[in-house]
Amino acid sequence: MPVFYGTEIASPLMLGTAQYPSPSVMEAAFRRSGAGVATVSLRREAAGGQGGPFWDIIRGLGVPVLPNTAGCHSVREAVTTARMARELFDTDWIKLEVIGHPDTLQPDPFGLVEAARILCEEGFKVFPYTTEDGILAGRLLEAGCEVLMPWGAPIGTGLGLNNLYGLRTLRAQFPEVPMVIDAGMGLPSHAAQAMELGYDAVLLNTAVARAGDPAAMAEGFARALDAGRLAHAADPMEPRDMASPSTPVLGLAVLE
Amino acid sequence: MKITVNGDPQTVAATTLAEALEELGYADARVATALNETFVPVGQRQAHPLAEGDHLEILAPRQGG
Repeated sequence: MPVFYGTEIASPLMLGTAQYPSPSVMEAAFRRSGAGVATVSLRREAAGGQGGPFWDIIRGLGVPVLPNTAGCHSVREAVTTARMARELFDTDWIKLEVIGHPDTLQPDPFGLVEAARILCEEGFKVFPYTTEDGILAGRLLEAGCEVLMPWGAPIGTGLGLNNLYGLRTLRAQFPEVPMVIDAGMGLPSHAAQAMELGYDAVLLNTAVARAGDPAAMAEGFARALDAGRLAHAADPMEPRDMASPSTPVLGLAVLE
Repeated sequence: MKITVNGDPQTVAATTLAEALEELGYADARVATALNETFVPVGQRQAHPLAEGDHLEILAPRQGG
């Protein structure tokens, strides 16, 4: 199972906690899938607000919590949010998002590296939401990140793995670095494909939470991740352009 | 004094961040705070003074992806 900053997680499925029809549906999705990590956020609280009960539900899931800096567009916002998250969730783990464009929610690579450097120096264990760009990945590793989380496709699109070549190349470029495909998943087959490429885990939210039956979809993703992980470990065949008979030609009867 | 709390104007009698949280109804809440875009840890709230026009952000755990 994946190991992030020395912590082994129970499943390669990292599941978001947003957009479910109800807290009980969210809990059912986690329990049925055995998801290994729960991603969370922090937002403004009204006096007498609901942060406490939500935190109790999350702790009840019994999995490591990964707070995010979702919605942050500047280094300062992201760093301050990370510091607040560390206190609020009592963890050094932070899913670092520094968003560069509101339409694509594409990471701002320059701000991302700067924020990662600041947070790594402060002892955070940074999980950067990044692209498949290998040069950027190298800069993030230099900044102190020990995990990379390239996108499959823009957040919430469900398009799957948009750039297979880029993701395959990134995986090959840094074979020892734990890597998570974060965002863009729509179907379990996308998650299986990520694992077949050699990725260590997948982080998703919308594809499960917005499914008609979130718990069933979560289990579907969990099974797909297992299938993809097994396939990668089993050393798949090389594809070829021309047909090659699988049934032996030797001994074929002559019937004409 | 007049301060801004989570984007809304508020008038408080408090002179420290800890007093303000108590006065505003967050005494026992699980929240993290930032004053004027700078994180203020729990341990510093008692001694952290408030000033007219301060911007206070009070955040709590929420659903996220």
